[in-house]
Amino acid sequence: MKKHSAKKFHGPFPLKATLVALAIVSGIVMLAAFRDGNDKSGNSNMYDTIRDGNEKPENNKHVEANKDSIESVKAFMKVYSVLMSPRCMNCHPAGDAPLQGDDNHVHTMNVVRGPNGTGMYAVKCSNCHQPTNAPGPHAPPGNPKWQLPPSDMKMVFQGKTARQLALQIMNYNQNGNKNKAQLLEHAKDTLVKSAWNMGEGRTPPPMSYTAFVSVWNEWIKKGGYAPK
Amino acid sequence: MISLNVNQKTYEVDVDGNMPLLWVIRDIIGLTGTKYGCGVAQCGACTIHMNGEAVRSCVTKVSRASGQKIVTIEGLSQNNDDPLQLAWQEIDVPQCGYCHSGQLMSAAVLLRENPNPTDEDIDIAMSGNICRCGTYLRIRKAIHLAAGMHQNKSKEAKLG
Repeated sequence: MKKHSAKKFHGPFPLKATLVALAIVSGIVMLAAFRDGNDKSGNSNMYDTIRDGNEKPENNKHVEANKDSIESVKAFMKVYSVLMSPRCMNCHPAGDAPLQGDDNHVHTMNVVRGPNGTGMYAVKCSNCHQPTNAPGPHAPPGNPKWQLPPSDMKMVFQGKTARQLALQIMNYNQNGNKNKAQLLEHAKDTLVKSAWNMGEGRTPPPMSYTAFVSVWNEWIKKGGYAPK
Repeated sequence: MISLNVNQKTYEVDVDGNMPLLWVIRDIIGLTGTKYGCGVAQCGACTIHMNGEAVRSCVTKVSRASGQKIVTIEGLSQNNDDPLQLAWQEIDVPQCGYCHSGQLMSAAVLLRENPNPTDEDIDIAMSGNICRCGTYLRIRKAIHLAAGMHQNKSKEAKLG
């Protein structure tokens, strides 16, 4: 009987070395695509680069000097914990009535959003919500700009996953027409700050205002990526 | 000293700017038609108009009202003849009556912004005003009646 013996490969490179080299190269390529959020074919990978609708990309150039999808998403997850707290979510409801309290119950008095987000008829936000907090537990919290988002851009937080909310906030057509520089500024808005001046009987957001601004800025400056 | 314009009259009041407007209206100026109910903007009994909006005077600091145009139930009409007041009498809406100055002030804002409201519009506008006697159905009926009177008045004014 003829003995079959395995033929040795005599190509230009040894098989083992070729496989190892291929593995290293593909690893580097995958890591690059992973951190960039997209693979070479343009398909979405682990994270999504945010598309900004009508926003002009040049408006964001100076904001995003150090893009890093992993750090950006890490920061957003902290941002998300604040945005989903009652102090933020209660005025970003899924329906057309604001929410109240730490349990996010629907606002009493049948309050509705109205076209501008300021309520309707005799039940407008500023009829009860004064420029400052009313004294006493659970009395109406105050801010000069107290209102919901308007009915033509509801900016819903309630029920949104982290990914959905990140994409919404970074979408120029869904975020009140803000580019990234304007989003950074938005953290200084008095209505945003009022979440930490919640009045008696309400739990504050899960981190300080300063810590929130820090992670908000980090999320946006590192690319404003959305988690999967 | 704080200057207030209430029912088209000017009052100079020497009070702390943090005093609720309701206190000033009732105890300093002496207009007692506006009532104290809950003190935390939950019931609507203290509703007055500030620059035409139905503001809760129990949580409104008097400093916010300075220089603004305030109207109380006493200033809603010259001779208690606002269509809402006439409709309230016609339907005999109140039972104990305590909440009704607030009810009327809220209804006035509704009719100004929507002269022909549906039941749903009325419910939206009036849900912030609580009535412990449960006169809600008569309130709704009276608002519809007043809306009709308003429209007739407008037609007459056009013809006249």
